[in-house]
Amino acid sequence: MEVAVFTLGAVIVLSGGLGVLLARNPVHAALFLVQTLFGVAVLFVLLEATFLAAVQVMVYAGAIVILFLFVIMLLGVDRAEDLGIEPIVGQRPMAAVVGVSLAGLLATVLLVAVDGLTGARGGTPLGDAGDNTRRLGEALFTDMVFAVELTAILLTVAVVGAVALARRLNGPMQPLPVVAIAEADDQPEDVDDDPAEATGDGS
Amino acid sequence: MILAVDPLLVDGIDLAVVLIVLLKAGVAFAMLLVSAMLVIWFERKLISDMQNRIGPAMAGPWGILQTLADGIKLFFKEDLLPARADRVVFRLAPYLSLVPAFVAFAIVPVGGDFTGGGDGTVSMFGRSTFLQVADPPVGVLFFLALSSIAVYGVMLAGWSSGSKYPLLGSVRASAQMISYEAALGLAIATVFLTSGSLSTHEIVVGQSATTWNVLATGIVPFWIFLIAGTAELNRPPFDLVEAEQELVGGFHTEYSSMRFALFFLSEFMNMITMSAIAVTLFLGGPAGPIVTQRLAWVWPLFWFFLKVMAFLFTFVWLRATLPRLRYDQLMDLGWKVLIPTALGWFLLIATLDIARDLGWPTVPVVVIGVLVLWGGAALLSSAVRKARAERLEDAEADRDERAGTPAGHGEA
Repeated sequence: MEVAVFTLGAVIVLSGGLGVLLARNPVHAALFLVQTLFGVAVLFVLLEATFLAAVQVMVYAGAIVILFLFVIMLLGVDRAEDLGIEPIVGQRPMAAVVGVSLAGLLATVLLVAVDGLTGARGGTPLGDAGDNTRRLGEALFTDMVFAVELTAILLTVAVVGAVALARRLNGPMQPLPVVAIAEADDQPEDVDDDPAEATGDGS
Repeated sequence: MILAVDPLLVDGIDLAVVLIVLLKAGVAFAMLLVSAMLVIWFERKLISDMQNRIGPAMAGPWGILQTLADGIKLFFKEDLLPARADRVVFRLAPYLSLVPAFVAFAIVPVGGDFTGGGDGTVSMFGRSTFLQVADPPVGVLFFLALSSIAVYGVMLAGWSSGSKYPLLGSVRASAQMISYEAALGLAIATVFLTSGSLSTHEIVVGQSATTWNVLATGIVPFWIFLIAGTAELNRPPFDLVEAEQELVGGFHTEYSSMRFALFFLSEFMNMITMSAIAVTLFLGGPAGPIVTQRLAWVWPLFWFFLKVMAFLFTFVWLRATLPRLRYDQLMDLGWKVLIPTALGWFLLIATLDIARDLGWPTVPVVVIGVLVLWGGAALLSSAVRKARAERLEDAEADRDERAGTPAGHGEA
């Protein structure tokens, strides 16, 4: 049973990963990424880390990839790219070198690890499946509270940075890309000039 | 914590257990499908009453079979695939919308006796079990995960249509659903604090032992859940996703025939699921007095049905009453009102919890907590006012600069 579920999860993860690499359309690639993340969630469930599985789906599939898709759709790059152009010179040979060395590293780790495999369980399990939300919470807010707070500060800094970058300095307002698309066909009276209403910054 | 495990699964799994689980899943599936059909009829009939007209009246008694007739009609219509559509994703999107709507209902306890310390087990073919398809330890998080998956259906439907109105509709939809998911999650987190569990079954048991969560959490999270839930469902007054006057039909403009029917169905199923989750989290699920000893098992089902109906009525009522929000009003309400309020209330409830643990007097803690929240709200609103004033000033300067030229670019 465990092996069957693991095989299923592994197939989902690997085929999704290959799909991300091979899909020519960025939206398709993003969807394959969702598939991979789901596969990882299945593996988490197999490891009885149900909380991690739920959070994996909520955060990665539910928020991060949605934002990827959002950007892809808004910037209108949802077409197959011309692969003849190399944006950064020497990027591809470098990618090959890094890729091969990474694969070599993984293979080495695997070969070394196989020697020590006994098939027995590693550490003691952290309790029942239903208990791991509580255990995780306790660990995060007692032993690792410093790291949690640091991460919180990091995220706050990121939010402030994003706001600072997106803030419009003085000068005429630049239309957002989506407005430019809409305006090309919409009636001009659609354009609202009342500044009090012009707050749809997130759109 | 006593782990909530369905007693059915404790003593090993044999054929009978598998059959019972399959039966429960099948019944839930069929029930949801039929009730979605009836809810469509219910909404059309109720809204007709509110608008002083008759509504569907020809198919079956009181027009109750109208949805069936519409479904059959849709089934035989031509299935269009737009020339510029992304074929695979276009076909996939309706299912991404439908499946989460179905699956999320699995965690809702629909019946079982919770009165007098009962834990809601029922006896089925000689086995005791819970009247819910599944009771995963992560419970409500499962619902949140699925509701974040449901965004994909709407988003990809709009994108894959290869047409600009659906694209605009889906961009609106995803922004709206992501924004309101935060408020929804924070409102639910307050329930986790008071119930001390993520499992829907444990939450219902906890509520029958004390009071319903709608009171235990102080009503505010319930309101936030209701508003954010309406927005999450893209129901009026938050139906900017399919604002007819602006976007033709929104994200499903290019869909026809069965694929359109799937979107329609999933919308109503989501409505039922959201109502059921609200009942589970805040109104004690199937809890209620058992009036007669004969057929005692019917009463919890009846109370559950009654509570869900109250929510469905409210959703229809909102649609009949409120005009649609403007997009910036929608975002303002979500980010500047609901999320801060939900967060503040969450902190207040957490503070009270800790105060109870440490034995601090309740009244001063509440007073200080409310004062702190008040201060935070004042700071936030002054920041919002300042930003708005600055924007106004900028726009004035902008307008002076362009004096003589016709209206400039808005941002809306």
